[in-house]
Amino acid sequence: MTTTETPEEAGGGTAAADSGIAAADSGTAANEGGIAATGGGTAEKGAAVLEISGLTLDLPAEDGTKRILHGVDLTLRPGRIHGLAGESGSGKTMTGFAVLGLLPPGARTTGRIAFEGTDLLTLPPRQLGALRGRAVSMMFQDPSTSLHPMLTIGRQLTDHLRHHLKLDRKAARARAAELLGQVRIPNPLEALGRYPHQFSGGMRQRIAIAIALACEPKVLIADEPTTALDVTVQAGVLRLLRGLCDDLGLAVLLVTHDLGVMSAIADEVSVMRHGRVVETGPRGRVLTEPHHEYTRTLLDALPGRSTV
Amino acid sequence: MTRQPDRGALLSVDDLVVQYRRPGAPPTRAVAGVSLEVRAGEVVGLVGESGCGKSTLARAVCGLTPSEEGSISFDGTPVRPLGVRRRDPALTSIQMVFQDPYGSLNPRRRVGAQIADGIRTAAGRGEDVDGATPEDLLTRVGLPADAATRYAQEFSGGQRQRIAIARALAARPRLLVADEPISALDASAQLHVARLMRSLAVESGAGLLFISHDLSVVRLIADRIAVMYLGQIVETGITAEVWDNPRHPYTQALLAAIPQPDGAGLLPAELPGDIPDPAAPPSGCRFHPRCPRAFDGCDREVPLLSDDGVACRLYPAAA
Amino acid sequence: MRLNLLRRLPRAWRRPLAVCGGLVAAGWLVVVLAAPLLAPHDPLAQDLPRLASPGAGHWFGTDELGRDVLSRVLYGARMSIPLALLLVTLSLLIGGLLGACAGFFGRWVDETVMRVADLVFAFPTVILAMVVAAALGASLENAVLAVLVVAWPSYARVTRGLVMGLRNREFVLSGRLLGFSAWHSLRVDVLPNVLGPLLVLATLDIGTATLLLSGLSFLGLGAKPPTAEWGAMVASGTQQFDMWWMGVFPGLAILTVVLAFNFLGDALRDALDPSTARTIGAEKERVA
Repeated sequence: MTTTETPEEAGGGTAAADSGIAAADSGTAANEGGIAATGGGTAEKGAAVLEISGLTLDLPAEDGTKRILHGVDLTLRPGRIHGLAGESGSGKTMTGFAVLGLLPPGARTTGRIAFEGTDLLTLPPRQLGALRGRAVSMMFQDPSTSLHPMLTIGRQLTDHLRHHLKLDRKAARARAAELLGQVRIPNPLEALGRYPHQFSGGMRQRIAIAIALACEPKVLIADEPTTALDVTVQAGVLRLLRGLCDDLGLAVLLVTHDLGVMSAIADEVSVMRHGRVVETGPRGRVLTEPHHEYTRTLLDALPGRSTV
Repeated sequence: MTRQPDRGALLSVDDLVVQYRRPGAPPTRAVAGVSLEVRAGEVVGLVGESGCGKSTLARAVCGLTPSEEGSISFDGTPVRPLGVRRRDPALTSIQMVFQDPYGSLNPRRRVGAQIADGIRTAAGRGEDVDGATPEDLLTRVGLPADAATRYAQEFSGGQRQRIAIARALAARPRLLVADEPISALDASAQLHVARLMRSLAVESGAGLLFISHDLSVVRLIADRIAVMYLGQIVETGITAEVWDNPRHPYTQALLAAIPQPDGAGLLPAELPGDIPDPAAPPSGCRFHPRCPRAFDGCDREVPLLSDDGVACRLYPAAA
Repeated sequence: MRLNLLRRLPRAWRRPLAVCGGLVAAGWLVVVLAAPLLAPHDPLAQDLPRLASPGAGHWFGTDELGRDVLSRVLYGARMSIPLALLLVTLSLLIGGLLGACAGFFGRWVDETVMRVADLVFAFPTVILAMVVAAALGASLENAVLAVLVVAWPSYARVTRGLVMGLRNREFVLSGRLLGFSAWHSLRVDVLPNVLGPLLVLATLDIGTATLLLSGLSFLGLGAKPPTAEWGAMVASGTQQFDMWWMGVFPGLAILTVVLAFNFLGDALRDALDPSTARTIGAEKERVA
């Protein structure tokens, strides 16, 4: 029954990763050692794969520069989803962009973004480009704008694979089909020949996830991945993200303003305001016993809370 | 659908069909036989997922989209589609608030001038608008009075939506239709704007048809709720009753899919499948291919909305 | 919008090409106003030695009738530029109005206007203008009419597109819901919002119009002798091929006007279009 969430489903929801994912996972053995999947919502902590410390960001403004980030600290671990909450303008999206080196021209940063010990901020553009997509990947809010409308799904996936992983045509195609299976697109081989508009919004977002995962990144930055989706579709995408994170040992930075989404799949939650992280902690603690005044305000503003 | 129109209804939509025509394809029935009433002073929440036809219904109610079959009447006046000429003054009592706060104000005119249009509309209908000023209206929606001399792009999304509401209110509407008025706003602004709309409508005795895909907000402000799926209303009732005891499997799925910010880490339930193409809706009950409780006959028999407000064969009492 | 415009304008203006365009265009406007003061000779007086090469007393040389080329070029500006401005204004008004009606009302209005526009588009511009000018008889007024016939459809097309984009915008609809008639809505909500892009098009078009008008005069379908007109001067220059100054100087005049207004139009577009404005800002920062 889909009416209410049964306790069994809830408890096992993440660990019992649906058969679909489990089956697809057999193909991604490329997830070589070093990363131990931490499984479910346990509090066990792996080594940090991405560590942001003291990150500041200045962007050029009409009159001089404007400070967007005032010293942000975040730690992403394999197999964990780190939620980043805050209102628009709080700097949460810019934090994601900074990790990818996708900042607007004229941006100045200080601090450190360490990916497995390498500081991404001081990396020459060439090497950063090589790392981007392979080590750190990103997916956006609106799948209809992040997919090329005139190219088939297969073409978009294989181009990516051939460019970054130097796979030949045949291998790229096989891997593309495998990826689509992994994000649970029905009939992956046939789907490769179709165009983005032939898929629904939820399916397009799954395809965007597949593209983001194509080069087996260790870190995925998901910027409002379900905000453009309907709730029933959102549920499926959240389930998929949680499953992929557990199975592949992916470290996910989940940027969202929706604390419900956060509560559903994040392990740790950071709350941002005016370019600062005001609170960080385990999901259960932050959402039930917020320490910071602002987190409390955010929670109080939620429709669910205000009447209960 | 067979029910008698409510005599006290301000807006009554009866068996409405709205079609879109595309060249070289059969017409799409975006709204396929919807009956709905809104009474004065009542807030009706219309919820459903994207593509279910709720925005089309809103536009038809305002006369922005012509209807194919059925009728829409506002206080006894049939709502006719907008043409080249001015709108029937009797119908200017229906005002609409749109989804996109960035598109709902003219970037080249001062905010005050745009609100003054609304006051003129009310005056043109013969209402007493003595002393009504754009500044008053701005204050009522919680903005500083000096906003009147500024341009829309100087405001944030939430503020623009408040200005749009002030403009609609200036026309002294008796029915306010809000089409996803909060979905483009920041989370913190959403609830404020929704609450504001409710209180302003209820205060002035106007009806409010509030369309949203956000059930948790609708739950807070609507007196009655109507759930739409693929062009039809599948369930309607008092908000609290529907929320506590959803009967239609689709309503149940919708409610179960909302993730709760309780920190418990529960994955919301998933409703498998996609919304079918409205141009080729499934036979029988339109929800049956995705329905977890479908049984023999659901693919043939079309369930009608019963008197107690549910269109599902699981509840045969309606028959 | 107005505030933003003021703030953005200087930035778009700071590009060298925009500055050049602005200065040259302004220079020509001064010439238009003050040609009698600036010109050293009477443009029509045939009192100088014939076909004298550029030198003291006649910097641009003299033509086959002993007229001062410099004075004629300066006076020529009084012909070409005001006419080009008039032409562009008229095409903007006619094309803009027709296009706005087509876009706003749709249906048969749209069909009629756009099919006529298509008809005009189907002919090569210069040839159609020539045909019209020839049919009406050679005179500058008729040349203007001829160019008008070929120039309005591009305004109509652009306006129609812009209006169609605006027609269903929320603020236009909410105006209609407040009881605006279609005309009122067009005037208050739609047209002010298409004006910016149209002005860009018009500025870019001033150069083209100058070129077309001169072209018609060059072919003998515009200004009649002895009027000082650039196209006609270039034409007579081709008769005296060894006397390069006769054709080169009016030719340069046409060239500078066309380029200046193109640069000006580009700058204006950048000023009005936030997306390109940002790119310019970025370019500057990368250079800095």
